[in-house]
Amino acid sequence: MNPIIKFIVELQDVTNLLWRALKGLRKRPRYFREIMIQMDEIGVGSLAIVALTGFFTGGVLIIQAYPTLAYYGAQSNAGQGVATSLIRELGPVLSALIVAGRVGSAISAELGSMVVSQQIDAMRALGTSPVRKLVTPRVAALVVTLPLLTIAADICGLIGGGLVAQQMYGLDVNTYISSVRTGTNIDDVLGGLIKPLVFGFLIGLISCHKGLTTTGGTVGVGRSTTQAVVASSIAVIISDFFLAKILQSALKTTLF
Amino acid sequence: MKNADGKLRAEAIASNIEGSRPPAIEFREVDLAFDDLVILDKVSFTVDRGETRIVLGGSGTGKSTIINLILGLLKPDAGRIMIDGQDITDFEDMDLMRIRKRIGMVFQEGALFDSLSVYENVAYRLHEEGIDEGEVEHEVMRMLQFVDLEDAVDKMPIELSGGMRRRVGIARALAGDPDIVLFDEPTAGLDPPTARNICELAIKLRDIESVTSIFVTHEMDNLGYLSNEYAVIDENGNVQFEREGNKLCMMNTSIMMLRGGRIIFQGTDEQLREVDDPYIRRFVSPSYV
Ligand SMILES: Nc1ncnc2c1ncn2[C@@H]1O[C@H](COP(=O)(O)OP(=O)(O)OP(=O)(O)O)[C@@H](O)[C@H]1O
Ligand SMILES: [Mg+2]
Repeated sequence: MNPIIKFIVELQDVTNLLWRALKGLRKRPRYFREIMIQMDEIGVGSLAIVALTGFFTGGVLIIQAYPTLAYYGAQSNAGQGVATSLIRELGPVLSALIVAGRVGSAISAELGSMVVSQQIDAMRALGTSPVRKLVTPRVAALVVTLPLLTIAADICGLIGGGLVAQQMYGLDVNTYISSVRTGTNIDDVLGGLIKPLVFGFLIGLISCHKGLTTTGGTVGVGRSTTQAVVASSIAVIISDFFLAKILQSALKTTLF
Repeated sequence: MKNADGKLRAEAIASNIEGSRPPAIEFREVDLAFDDLVILDKVSFTVDRGETRIVLGGSGTGKSTIINLILGLLKPDAGRIMIDGQDITDFEDMDLMRIRKRIGMVFQEGALFDSLSVYENVAYRLHEEGIDEGEVEHEVMRMLQFVDLEDAVDKMPIELSGGMRRRVGIARALAGDPDIVLFDEPTAGLDPPTARNICELAIKLRDIESVTSIFVTHEMDNLGYLSNEYAVIDENGNVQFEREGNKLCMMNTSIMMLRGGRIIFQGTDEQLREVDDPYIRRFVSPSYV
């Protein structure tokens, strides 16, 4: 099939899935317990790696920026640089990519093997909708937990940056903190939380779609897992570009 | 047991009079093809309420496909499918859910939920319906007793043997007392006593609970049990199995055989054994040359 047509067909399927998943929120039973289980699995389970990523990202930002800032005698602004880039871009995007890798693959592998072993058919045969029972809770859990994970990544990043600045370059902690505070504004924070909402939604929807459309036995599970991670990572990066543009005009932020 | 026979006959007559009610399952000229491969070619048949229909046919002739069509898991390319007189062919998922709640399905491969214990698997439908936990537990234990697996209640599906998984699948399908039960090769690969138990179960459902069922199988033993034996409740309230004598007419079981997308035989087991078609002869008694 023509790749463009294939893409459009897939887009249609995803939209269809989205529509049914949203309907799942409205009707009973609502599977709150499932949502809680998934939030634990996705949110709590990803906390450590997301925090670690944030921490080292903050650190590396200082390593890259500090010498240049020092050259211009602007090292007291180091915190501001870390805060802006982390909260606006790196925190949301890196957390989303990590979660796409860890959770997106897990979701599509789980749903994919359920398809292959006829468990999805069994579920439908027993009178439950797999979309409501499996997709809605996962997407909901991702939408709720990814912003929280992003906050954790941001905070760990700021701490990491501060530690590196102090330990390696001898920057005063108070200078760093006050610079972070001047560098953070409410628009950045808002924008930095809206992005992961959208990312969580995309990762959940794409991974569930890939999992549920698995064909071709166990080999197919591997294939759809790979596709889920690739497609959701790309969706995160591309949507980030557009979100940045939209948020910039909506929130009227100006650089520094 | 003369008495019980009389009762059975009366019931059979009664259900014939009731025959004005729509059949439990009806296919009207159903066509289905996967790409170029024609699986079903204008297949029509009806299964009456309380009837057991044994479906024979070689591997890949579309037996599982027919079952998936009844559940609405697949949609036909053409033709109509009716359940209890309702045309479900164009039903949306939401409406199908209502129909499926009354149908129990035993999957060929078991299809147990790997992440749930045996208990939760069997209780699945009851939990979904929000039934009180005490009642659920009672029902689950009753079902597991039915398939002789009370000891496995806390196990995970991965810890079970193939035959045990199949039996849990049967318990899951029967929980909640469905009106229609679909068995997809429930005895394949099981030892003879277990296979025999499963057939007795199907006979009990047919004769005592008046459940309509479709029983896909390859094994002639099963066919013999299902079409020659019946269950009655004796004076002490126990279920007894009896072989039919010459009262052929009242066995509420019929057979159909699929081949090449068509139904090549429909009738009773006696008729099946008298057919001259060489393929059917070979199917019924493999030693036939
Ligand atoms: N999803 C599918 N895509 C393409 N072909 C399929 C699909 N499902 C089934 N088939 C084909 O349909 C035919 C009928 O399959 P079905 O599972 O109904 O056979 P069966 O009679 O149950 O066989 P068995 O006794 O081996 O279980 C097979 O030839 C199979 O290759
Ligand atoms: Mg089959």
